Amino acid sequence: MSRTGKSHKRLDGFQRLLLLLVICMVMLLGYIIWSTPGSKPVLTDAVAQMQEYSGVESPVTAVLLNFRGYDTLLEVMVLLLAVIGTWSLTEAFFPVQGSEISPVQMGAVRLLAPVMCLVAAYLVWQGSHLAGGAFQGGAILGAAGVLVLVTELPGLRTIPVLSLRIGLVLGPLLFTGTALFCLFITGDLLGYPKGAGGWMILLVETGCAVSIGLTLALLFAGGRPDKESIWKNNP
Amino acid sequence: MITTLIYSLTGLILFGMGFFTLIIHSHPLRKILAVNVMSTGVFLILVATAYIPLGEGEIDPVPHAMVLTGIVVSVSVTALALILACRIQETSNSSLPGRKQQGEVPEESIG
Repeated sequence: MSRTGKSHKRLDGFQRLLLLLVICMVMLLGYIIWSTPGSKPVLTDAVAQMQEYSGVESPVTAVLLNFRGYDTLLEVMVLLLAVIGTWSLTEAFFPVQGSEISPVQMGAVRLLAPVMCLVAAYLVWQGSHLAGGAFQGGAILGAAGVLVLVTELPGLRTIPVLSLRIGLVLGPLLFTGTALFCLFITGDLLGYPKGAGGWMILLVETGCAVSIGLTLALLFAGGRPDKESIWKNNP
Repeated sequence: MITTLIYSLTGLILFGMGFFTLIIHSHPLRKILAVNVMSTGVFLILVATAYIPLGEGEIDPVPHAMVLTGIVVSVSVTALALILACRIQETSNSSLPGRKQQGEVPEESIG
């Protein structure tokens, strides 16, 4: 908007007033940030004290899947809801055997897609002790999915829709199942039993990474698979 | 301290710019973009509050975890909003508000 050409529209009275109000709000918020005493993290110590009970070494993963696991559970559900909303609105458009894929693109996909899946798996595994986890791994899986989608591989149309649906709900189901299991064992929702936190978190993270990756790729596809491919695969 | 301040204020300015655009433009695509700029500003502020100079203790993991999930959620919300906007465009008879304005200043819709 900073361009000042002849085509630039001048702001009218209402918009000027609004601009003034927004600037006032930003200055007020800026003053609040300015006057907030030092950057003394309050929760760092609390997290560090409970770290050894969480079953993982990385503090971020511990917060994400143990201390604030309920929050993350709902966020995974939000992702599922977004896909359900998208699928109920439109059909994705897949060209039927369109133009030929150029060999360079094909080679790039052949090289990159498996490496991306490997990196995603590594990130999920790394999440227990370093930076990494379900969301990072899922993002890379999603990128791999987008790469395959952009290439318009002919094999895309033959993917059974049922497997996509199962992949989408895998993470939420595993997460909910673990939460309920913990409820029966320890009496707390997502209160992992002692000593079992580590592998349970890894299990949930693996499922969530698959679901998040599929979610992102399918959101990019922008709709449910079209009817033809549903009928072709579910006669 | 000064690093935190610079990043926080940058985030705040992004938030303000997004908020202003969200109100004055009526086209859905611009609104979606504005919300994205706003959320980026909020993420920047959250990450900046968790920042600690190297060697002066551990980072605060709670804001990091919030930003981590927030980014993925905001991407999916953007996708859903875009598809809703497309559906509105397809199903409504009249063209969307703000389209004419876009036609007048075509280069602005990109930048």
